[in-house]
Amino acid sequence: MAKYKFKPKSRIKEFIGEKFIAVSAFAALIAILLIFIFIFKESLPIFFDSEVQQEASLDKMTFKQEYYEGREPKWAWQPESKVPKYSLFPLVLGTLKSAIIAMLIAIPLSVGAAIYSSEFANKKMREVIKPVIELLAGIPSIVMGFFALIILATIIQKLLGLTFRLNVLTAGIALGLAVIPIIFTVAEDAMTSVPRTLRDAALALGANPWQVSMTVVLPAALPGIGAGVVLGFGRAIGETMIVLMASGNAAIISASLTDSVRTLSATIAAELAEVVFGGTHYNVLFFIGTLLFVFTFITNLGGDFVLNRLKEKYQGETR
Amino acid sequence: MPASPYSALNRRQRLTASFKPKSAGNIPRGLTFAAVLVIIIMLALILGNVIWGGATTITWDFLSSPPEDGMEAGGIFPAIFGTVALVILMVIAVLPVGVLTAIYLHEYTNSDSMITKIIRQAINNLAGVPSIVFGLFGLGFFINFVGGNLDKIFYSSAGPVWGQPAIIWASLTLSLLTLPVVIISTEEALRTIPREIKDGSLALGASKLQTIRKIILPQAMPGILTGAILAVSRGAGEVAPIMFTGAAYYLPYLPLKLNDQFMELGYHIYVMATQSPDIEKTKPILYGTVLVLLLLTFVLNFTAVIIRSKMRRSRAHG
Repeated sequence: MAKYKFKPKSRIKEFIGEKFIAVSAFAALIAILLIFIFIFKESLPIFFDSEVQQEASLDKMTFKQEYYEGREPKWAWQPESKVPKYSLFPLVLGTLKSAIIAMLIAIPLSVGAAIYSSEFANKKMREVIKPVIELLAGIPSIVMGFFALIILATIIQKLLGLTFRLNVLTAGIALGLAVIPIIFTVAEDAMTSVPRTLRDAALALGANPWQVSMTVVLPAALPGIGAGVVLGFGRAIGETMIVLMASGNAAIISASLTDSVRTLSATIAAELAEVVFGGTHYNVLFFIGTLLFVFTFITNLGGDFVLNRLKEKYQGETR
Repeated sequence: MPASPYSALNRRQRLTASFKPKSAGNIPRGLTFAAVLVIIIMLALILGNVIWGGATTITWDFLSSPPEDGMEAGGIFPAIFGTVALVILMVIAVLPVGVLTAIYLHEYTNSDSMITKIIRQAINNLAGVPSIVFGLFGLGFFINFVGGNLDKIFYSSAGPVWGQPAIIWASLTLSLLTLPVVIISTEEALRTIPREIKDGSLALGASKLQTIRKIILPQAMPGILTGAILAVSRGAGEVAPIMFTGAAYYLPYLPLKLNDQFMELGYHIYVMATQSPDIEKTKPILYGTVLVLLLLTFVLNFTAVIIRSKMRRSRAHG
């Protein structure tokens, strides 16, 4: 009879090792729970502390307030003023403005490039496009912010003849550049994973290659492209350094593209260092963080849901 | 199925149209190619500008000396040192956890189980959390909660020792941010390991843990290395998570203890670009710093790409 080499000592080892691996595997889950708990915890006084609510309740952060007697009620973000004003409306508006500009630039460029790469490009061209997108994705957002602040701002100021250098347009364009790789990658993936059989069927029915692309591949990949757009939008909302450096950071309420804006993320970055620990301002900044967390959490879940559905749908057909 | 743009035409027209693929495809082809061109031009504009503006600044002196005259002269050595120290600590924290997670997901559970699905979704969502939220978390959890409690327990009377911005808290914050990168990269490597090798090891009487240690981990090494490199490249470029957790404007000393603050390349760029009293004087140093950071991330990414393609090629032949 052969001797059992690994017995009893290694069994305990095995057990401990396996449990250790299993526990480590929950790190990501624990991390995301802890993030939510600790961000949300610091914003709780907004909901329960009546002293904090005097200055910043949900109601006061959302609707127009009459800050000085007799003056017209307005939305304002001025936390350091004698009468602190914590209206989130200008910040939300600024965030949406910059993100929408970013999407208007990123969607046509990234979806266009993805269509070209998957439908028209030959192998050689594809070998150029892929590294270009990877390089773009590899540029740290601080470098993109630097580019927007030092170069793009000057170009746009000269082109439009503006008085001030920094505005939402400059920030939006740079933000768009940062979002392009995300949408491109997801959209291109969605289009190349459309089963060959669908293409072949259309070709066999007499459609020419671009008809196949436009009437078969694109509609089939549309949910995937949409998911890419949603994920890109989430990124644009949460991106910090680019808007912090290039948007001018003035909380102005206007529809103009050449006004400065202050976004939710940039507000946290600009103000957290100077804030009194545990004060109302501190709580509000963490509340803004909670909003950003919840929003990107939802966009991520939504995007992933669509992509998983698409994967399941086409996985059977490719084989 | 949406209507074909040709459904409005009669049969004869449709036949003629479908036999002119070239002319019909030129417009979309041209438009989408234009999109590619615009992206390439923008990338070239960014890279060209940074290289043009920074190339002359980078000398050995610039890389090896500290800043002088309120950052208008001198070099960026402390920022380079701080960045390297930061990412080394980060990798030490993130690599074991990331690799073990990938092993658990790939070797111990099947992909349809509820637990796997939940962990996977958590990883995906962690990758999507805005970097500024990581900064808030680092402040709220690591500095105020962990550091604050350590101080209360061990250093009751003195000022803050651990409950303050420090390189350890910044690197731990970054390690959470880069955890998905390591997991995804390791998993990709695990997926390429042929079943037969694992089965062979198990059939020879090795236990599962022994198989993992002796067979799977060595085989997955290139993927793990790729993950570590990509994590470093990502971590080195992030500024928002370290702004409140340990990065400093200027320090006369290098971070040699875990609770020291530190200077960092990305944060240095931010400070010089936005708070410099005389931007024209700072500009050459600013450009030089941006180029150093960009080179660092690109060289790292490039190395990762090479390792990964080598790994794929050797597997394809084996």
